[in-house]
This record gives sequence, structure tokens and C-alpha cells, in this order.
Amino acid sequence: MAKVLVVTSGKGGVGKTTSTAALGAALAQLGQSVVVIDFDVGLRNLDLVMGAERRVVFDLINVVQGVAKLPQALIRDKRLENLWLLPASQTRDKDALTDEGVKRVIGDLKTKFDWILCDSPAGIERGATLAMRYADEAIIVTNPEVSSVRDSDRIIGMLDSKTARAERGERVEKHLLITRYDAARAARGEMLSIDDILEILATPLLGIVPESQDVLRASNIGCPVTLNNADSAPARAYIDAVRRLMGESVDMTVPVERRGLMDRLLRRRAA
Amino acid sequence: MDATQQAVRQQVRMRGRSYVAFVFSPVVPIVSWLADIDATLTRSPGFFTGKPVVLDLAAVDLSQAAIAHLVGSLGERDIRILGIEGVDEAKLGADMPPLLTGGRSCVVTQVEPHVPQAKTKAAKSPSLLLESPVRSGQSIVFAEGDVTVLGSVGSGAEIVAGGSIHVYGTLRGRAMAGINGNSAARIFCQKIEAELLAIDGYYQTAEEIDAALRNRPAQAWLDGEMLKITPLN
Repeated sequence: MAKVLVVTSGKGGVGKTTSTAALGAALAQLGQSVVVIDFDVGLRNLDLVMGAERRVVFDLINVVQGVAKLPQALIRDKRLENLWLLPASQTRDKDALTDEGVKRVIGDLKTKFDWILCDSPAGIERGATLAMRYADEAIIVTNPEVSSVRDSDRIIGMLDSKTARAERGERVEKHLLITRYDAARAARGEMLSIDDILEILATPLLGIVPESQDVLRASNIGCPVTLNNADSAPARAYIDAVRRLMGESVDMTVPVERRGLMDRLLRRRAA
Repeated sequence: MDATQQAVRQQVRMRGRSYVAFVFSPVVPIVSWLADIDATLTRSPGFFTGKPVVLDLAAVDLSQAAIAHLVGSLGERDIRILGIEGVDEAKLGADMPPLLTGGRSCVVTQVEPHVPQAKTKAAKSPSLLLESPVRSGQSIVFAEGDVTVLGSVGSGAEIVAGGSIHVYGTLRGRAMAGINGNSAARIFCQKIEAELLAIDGYYQTAEEIDAALRNRPAQAWLDGEMLKITPLN
């Protein structure tokens, strides 16, 4: 049974796209067939993070409007054969998305894939509401800071009222993914603690991704962090999160960098 | 199967009972008699609504069509006819109220119709129970009475209530109680981190709330024109 997940946050820049790519790749690495959809029409980024920007021909809007067929727009990942991307259009805006069209595309994808990950744009407008509209589950990406947490709270409220499931009286299962977490700064009280965030949002925790240079490094070369360096701290956090999504029980820890002898001696690594 | 069911089936038990009904005795001309009814209804609207009414047609001689028209006219005034007496049974069609006989007169006590709203208000004081947290951006407006939240009220959420507000969690958003001028309304919460508290229009913002109260169980109430916030126990 295919599962439709929306990766959302309300606030921009918290790591929705990075997390969508990392979680999608991690699911595919565990043998699942996965499609990631970019709903950020007009400001698309997922193609860049996935390293597929030079192969985009048709996009989500073309499929929604019936200009192209779904198989024409789907792009297969070069590294993982069971990972696919449905890119957004860069030249259009969110008004080009229609409820009916999104419903049809997601319905079609459900017959082909195990997992459908919808990368939501920031905000609470049309793009974000349509990205969550047909979701079965939601991953709420939050940074340990008050503005991000409050925006997440707002998005959780919308997941409980604006989705097709909510309107049918069912619930969208919600998971909280905390990104850019810095244990040292949280210990000094410069950041919200995990307990504070969980107390405010009252939503089960899916994972804690530590702040790391590896994330930016992976994004810059167009490779999901779980593929680029599966042994890095953020990659291990994403892989743990995916295993929890698949129903395994994995202890909740914040992965730390593993430093070799040379690293410890030299203290710094070239980026 | 049918035979056994029929064997155990008992006869329907029936009992006789007599009730008091209003008796209308129309006089000719029917039009002016109906005008008298209308005059009564203007004084006490809904006086006959839901009351059993019997039509005594002994004083008038009406055709079947005229009786049907009269019953219809009374129906338009929300007067339902329970039965008809003083008329030949042959004049009553199948869709007409049944013929009644053997009625006895008795004293009818005139009770003024009560105001229905007043009674429902006294019968139950309405309240709204929310079993999930109120999220940022949500606005709960319940002017009819109290609001109880089993969970927290997020920063940027608001609760507006005609009565009191009870939050069994942390109150981080805005709470406005007693919006219809109910100065006796109060706000209770398990943990106070509110952005704004208001009762009957008197308010305090987060800045004015004593920092010593933060993160503690507290209640807000109105002392004259002063909004007071005090810890609970």
C-alpha cells in the first residue's frame, strides 16, 4: 500500500527540501520504490539537491494540466534505480496547481510507488495546502528556535483541518523531525531544548538531525546527504528516521561526528 | 419459522385514557371567527402551538370541502386539530381528523405561554470541550458559554468565550473570556505563558503579566475594573 507523505514546516529555510531528498534516498537505499515531488512551483530546488537539474524536460504543472504524461515527467535517479523525481516548474507559479490535477497525479503515483514524498513550499498558501492535501502522513521539519516552532504549530493545525483526510474525519499521522540541532548550544541554553519543542508541539518525534557541514556539502554537489556520505552524523540521523517510518523501533539519539585519528590531530577538514 | 413466531406473538395491549383538550366552536361567519383567533394569537404568539385542539361543529352546518378548508386554515396558524365532534361522520374524509364523541366539559386553567428561550438557558449552561491542543493560528469563538481545552493553546492561537476559559495545559496564546459583558467570567490555566488575557474587555498583555507567575498554574479574574492574575494554590 503506497504511502503519501508531506514534508512541511510553514517556515522557510529549515531544511524541508534537504530532508525530502535525504529521506527519499534513504528509503530507496533500503530497497523501497520512492518518488519525491517538488511542490515549490516557481522556486524549485529539489532538482538541484537531487542533482537532476540538467535532465528536467516536463514537470508537475505539465502533468497536472495534461500537457505531458506522468512517465514523461518522472526522472530516475542516476545512483539509485528505485528513486524518482517529479520536478516543479520554475516558470509558473502556485496558481497553476489545481486540486483535481494534484489528486489525479497522486492517485496515479500511488499505483507505481511504495512511498510518495511531497516537498512542500514554505508558507500556508495554495502550494503548501495542495502539497499536504492528499497526504496520509506528515513530517514536520522544525529548527530549535521559537519562530520555527510556532510556524510548525500553525502547520499542524492546518494538517488537522485542511487535508482531505481531516475533512473525511480521519487523521493525518504526524512526525516531528528536528533539524540543525546543536547539542552544545542547547546545553548552554542558546537554543530550545528537544523537551521544550516536544512540549510545545505535542507531536511524536521522528528524528533529530544535528547541524553539520556535511549537509551543505552534499547539497552543493547535488547529492542527498544519505547517499553522499552515509556514515556522516546527519546521514545516520536520516537513516534512523526512515527506519522509524518503516515501523522499526530505533533508539532516539543525536548522532555525533565520528572523527578519525588524523581528523582529531588536524582538527579541521578541507571542505 | 413463521409459524413459531406467530405462536408466541401476543395480542397488542390497549388501554383507554381521557385527556383534556381545548374545544373550538366556530360560528358563522367563519372568516370573522378566524379573525378573532388571529387577534388572540397576536396577543400571545404560539399560544395554541403543541396544544390538543378539538373542533366542535355542532353550531354550524359546513360541507365536507368547507370543513377541510377550516382545518387547513387553522393548520396555517400552527393549530393542529386532534379530532372533530358534532358533525356527521360521512362528512369527514380519510385524511381528516377522526370523529370524537362523548366529550365532557371541564375547567381549563389559562396559563400564559412561557418564553421558551428563558427555559432552555436555565436548563443547561452550554459549554465547549476541546480534546486536542489549539494550534497557532486557530481561533475558537464560543460566545454561548465556557470553553475547556484538554491540552495547550499555542502561541498565536486565540480562544474567545462568552463564559470562562479553562486550559488544562500551557496557555501560550490569547484568551478572551466574558466577551458578552460577563464580568464574572474567569480564565484558568495549568501553566501561564499567555500573550494576552482579557475578561469583559479589560486586558493585560504578556509584558504586563508578572514574571513570577510564569509557568505556574494561575487564574485571571476581574476585580471591579482591574484584571487580576493570581496563582492557583
